[in-house]
Amino acid sequence: MHLLAIIFVAILSNNIVLSQFLGICPYLGVTKRIDTSVGMGMAVIFVMTMAAIVTWVLDLFLLQPFGLEFLRTIAFILVIAGLVQLVEMILKKTNPALFRALGIYLPLITTNCTILGVALLNVQSGHNIIETVVYSIATGIGFTLAMVIMAGIRERLELVNMSNYLKGAAVTLVSAGILSLAFMGFKGMVTL
Amino acid sequence: MSTLAQEFSKGLLKENPTFRLLLGMCPTLAITTSAFFGFGMGVSVFFVLLCSNIVISVIRNFVPDKVRMPAYILVIATFVTITDMVLNAFVPELHKALGIFIPLIVVNCIIMGRAEAFARKNNVIRSILDALGMGVGVTMSLTLVGIIRELFGAGSIFGYNIMGTAFEPMGVLATPPGAFITLGILLGLFNYAFKRLGIE
Repeated sequence: MHLLAIIFVAILSNNIVLSQFLGICPYLGVTKRIDTSVGMGMAVIFVMTMAAIVTWVLDLFLLQPFGLEFLRTIAFILVIAGLVQLVEMILKKTNPALFRALGIYLPLITTNCTILGVALLNVQSGHNIIETVVYSIATGIGFTLAMVIMAGIRERLELVNMSNYLKGAAVTLVSAGILSLAFMGFKGMVTL
Repeated sequence: MSTLAQEFSKGLLKENPTFRLLLGMCPTLAITTSAFFGFGMGVSVFFVLLCSNIVISVIRNFVPDKVRMPAYILVIATFVTITDMVLNAFVPELHKALGIFIPLIVVNCIIMGRAEAFARKNNVIRSILDALGMGVGVTMSLTLVGIIRELFGAGSIFGYNIMGTAFEPMGVLATPPGAFITLGILLGLFNYAFKRLGIE
């Protein structure tokens, strides 16, 4: 039940984009079409889970025993940057099809604040390894869900006749606000 | 080559990171529930930007091109850690309110963007002026969003009651949807204002 609650909260009631404001840059940048936003979402789920596991292990076995918690930010961002490079190289060798699908999104992900954010949130909220994996995957799914919904909205918005000043980021933010209002309806349904 | 004054002033309006370049949107939305938090976040970004621009400009001739990204990230992360510790020690309530967004200054696109686009190609004086201009631009923008959300969401600015007791606060502005809608409308207004002022 506890894990189900984590999944529900991470995807719906505490969505990473719409209520925690992480990953706004790709949310505004890569949501012009549904297929690119799905690709970005998949890449984020993949890297986020890997990064969360690696940083969790690093924190438990290296930073905590030596009292180096203050180095978390530096250590995590370096590990994530290295990991993304590594994933890129491994995918290129072993799974070219997946690499072609995710490849262009991978370099963007290093500076995606959701990855570092989730890694830090996992450690700060004291998740164990199973909770870490579940939370990371669910957060990635929540991110993908928000991206795909927004891409659908923006494909329609393209056809709407509106003021030039509002086109692009401005109207996307206002639509995100209304979407976020809808997601607020899930608040309080499940508490951790 | 632009003049030194232009290096400073471009960050204020013409290339304002928040409203013109749309960089660093996450903290702009997340922590601007009050003017003080917006200002605090702005100053933190300002500090990290200034220090990292100086260091990156100084080391720009020694760092090989291939490893420049990790090197920049390391420089930025160092200053972010310092900021984190200083805030925790001296303004714990601000540190608590900004929470996860302090370590996330590392991946704030404004700082990496200035390092990549400016500090690695220019001398220290120009990099300092660039950081000062951009830093003031960010601080102004974050404070502005904070003032608007606090004024209409709680009826006060920097904690001082402005609207009087009869004002019914619009609670939605303090919630996540309010952040998105406020920033969206502000962006539209700024686009209009810049067009009218003839700034492209």
